[in-house]
Amino acid sequence: MTTRTATPTPPRTRPSPSPGARRARLRRWLPGLLLLSPSLIVLAVFVYGLIGWTVTLSLSDEHDALGNKGFVGLSNFVVLFTEDINGRFTHSLKNLLIFTVVFMVGALLMGVLWAFLLERGVRGEGFFRAVYLFPMAVSFVASGVVWRWLMNSGTGDQAGGLNRIFHDLHLGFLENPWWTDPDWGMAAMALPAIWQLSGYVMALFLSGFRGIPADLREAAAMDGASTYQLYRHVIFPQLTPTALSAMIILGHMSMKMFDLIMSVSGAQWITEVPAVYVWQTLLTSDYAKAAAISIILLLLVAVVIVPYLIYNNRVERRS
Amino acid sequence: MRLRTRTAVAAAGMALALLASGCGADDGDGGAGSKKVEVFTWWADGGEKAGLDGLVAQFKTDCAQYEFVNGAVAGGAGSNAKQVLASRLQQNDPPDTFQAHAGAELTDYIKAGQIEDLSGDYKEWGLDSAFPKGLVDSLTVDGKIYSVPANIHRANVLWGNKTVLAQAGITVPATTLPEFFSQLDTLKAKGVATPLALGKDWTQQMLFEAVLISKLGPEKFSGLWTGQTDWAAADITDAINDYKKLLSYSNKDRDTFDWTDAEKLVMEGKAAYQLMGDWEAADLDAKGFKDYNYSVFPGNGDAYQWLADSFVLPKNAKNPEGTKCWLKTLGSAAGQKAFNTKKGSIPARTDANATDYPAYQQAAIADWAKGKPVPSCPHGSACSQGWQGAVASAQGKFSSDGDVAALQSALVAAAKQYASK
Repeated sequence: MTTRTATPTPPRTRPSPSPGARRARLRRWLPGLLLLSPSLIVLAVFVYGLIGWTVTLSLSDEHDALGNKGFVGLSNFVVLFTEDINGRFTHSLKNLLIFTVVFMVGALLMGVLWAFLLERGVRGEGFFRAVYLFPMAVSFVASGVVWRWLMNSGTGDQAGGLNRIFHDLHLGFLENPWWTDPDWGMAAMALPAIWQLSGYVMALFLSGFRGIPADLREAAAMDGASTYQLYRHVIFPQLTPTALSAMIILGHMSMKMFDLIMSVSGAQWITEVPAVYVWQTLLTSDYAKAAAISIILLLLVAVVIVPYLIYNNRVERRS
Repeated sequence: MRLRTRTAVAAAGMALALLASGCGADDGDGGAGSKKVEVFTWWADGGEKAGLDGLVAQFKTDCAQYEFVNGAVAGGAGSNAKQVLASRLQQNDPPDTFQAHAGAELTDYIKAGQIEDLSGDYKEWGLDSAFPKGLVDSLTVDGKIYSVPANIHRANVLWGNKTVLAQAGITVPATTLPEFFSQLDTLKAKGVATPLALGKDWTQQMLFEAVLISKLGPEKFSGLWTGQTDWAAADITDAINDYKKLLSYSNKDRDTFDWTDAEKLVMEGKAAYQLMGDWEAADLDAKGFKDYNYSVFPGNGDAYQWLADSFVLPKNAKNPEGTKCWLKTLGSAAGQKAFNTKKGSIPARTDANATDYPAYQQAAIADWAKGKPVPSCPHGSACSQGWQGAVASAQGKFSSDGDVAALQSALVAAAKQYASK
């Protein structure tokens, strides 16, 4: 757009300057707006319109197939935190927190480690890059089914999957209940997610490493910096934007995690997170409650995403 | 300039096209007054599909003027189908008839005015006398009947591996809970690691209900779902404690198991017993495992915990006459036979000829005729879907932490929240 409007096209008929200027201005933004309008309208209807609809639903008392009976304010939200049976909602939030922390820390550590190793110049870099990145091509559902088997919670003679391997290697002390552990099961649930996303984090960091000009390294070496000092004071500080993007991407994926959990454990108490809870609630036709959980989930994701968008905007404006 | 105008026009046109497709008109299926009868089920494979096919064959002879259209939605034990159904009902585009568990699970549809009263047709077709009175009573809501049951399954059956039991010297099935516990102890002492095989949430819910029936008896148990029996009472606490003790005899990885995984433990002789509905008979037969026995859950006496698949007539169905012909076939002796001999359940009618059925079903038909019908929550005959979900969640929590007081208060809260509705 900008290149085209930059070429001055003088008005052909009207000699008077003021309407011509107006038309020129109109010409500057109207085609752009028209071109954008399909996606704007679709976004308005199917994203923002539906978010608005969900918000209204979450403020109503549509708790069964009978439909909406009226406006109840924020009570659906209050009930979720105070009166939900067995504190089911807060339990799902706790699960999500454990999952998110383990998943993000795990994927970042593994990703940075791999990127660092490859960046140090390993032979066959292309091969390793492909191997590490490949799990990302697998869908969460497919890997979930495999991990469901790997993380079989049977022990001793009943063991299967990883526990079987530990058992056969006489490493019985490593056998554990995986995701069926009532307190830390969600940490085990994060393993498949770490396995899948570490390669992606690696790719991000690798491009981050490569984006740092070689002169900087040379300059640091000239000044007599050790390898540790080089990474600590020259390379890593420049990777902050990369780390931030990686965290945002992992963070919002983690908040919405559904498919992996459904294929590893199915919907059940021990591994319930808000997204699974929404689905369970929808199945019982409790639309208002499902909408309320969805809105909380949306807000949680927004807390992660919005500061990033603001930061990004500011960086772009500066450059 | 001209190019730009054209681009703008094209863009605007595209916007309109997108909008039009987004707000999509109707999908234009079938005209009015058609001869088609769309039957909506989640019977897409296995014994269920075979049963449906048998019924369709009967429908083709009885109602030759109508055409059967299979509206089956596969997957998720009906959960996918229920979502599709809910949205179609909301859009006022119902199938001609749909499958639903008979009993309390229908209350949402009844309250929403989405299904029609069939009481008149029951009289006309003679169904009110062909079905046992207890069943007709449970199907009746405010004096009206809204569904025709296709079959009856029994939920409170205890399945055993004969060889494993014989090795532990157990030949007679236990008839009381204390006897059952001593059998389980014997089995454990003989080295059977998991005397009782168990699966995840809803299978645990079934086991718990079986314990409740033993503790409370059929009348008080049924009262739990109608508000006449108090969930907070001390005998419920006793039942939870017994149930907790039963869990200690079961496989620790139960939450990762579906009912077929638990069944496999029994088949492989790693477990001695499993509580499951009587679809297990058909499944064991299909898998070629013959070394099993069955008995009613210890202490349940003649309580027949039933569940039934039923069909309804939705409001605004396109072809109500065709639907009625389907329902009439379904309720008839020939239709029930065609369906149930293949699906492995028993007919809801009491006039069925038992010799048409395999061994297990013959016994079940006899029990059904003289037993006391009690409903089941995980299978929709006792409680609404919301209640079911709340209990399943509480049960899942109990399976991991064994907190008796928390389970009881969750059950009380669930009853309070859902029973009134």
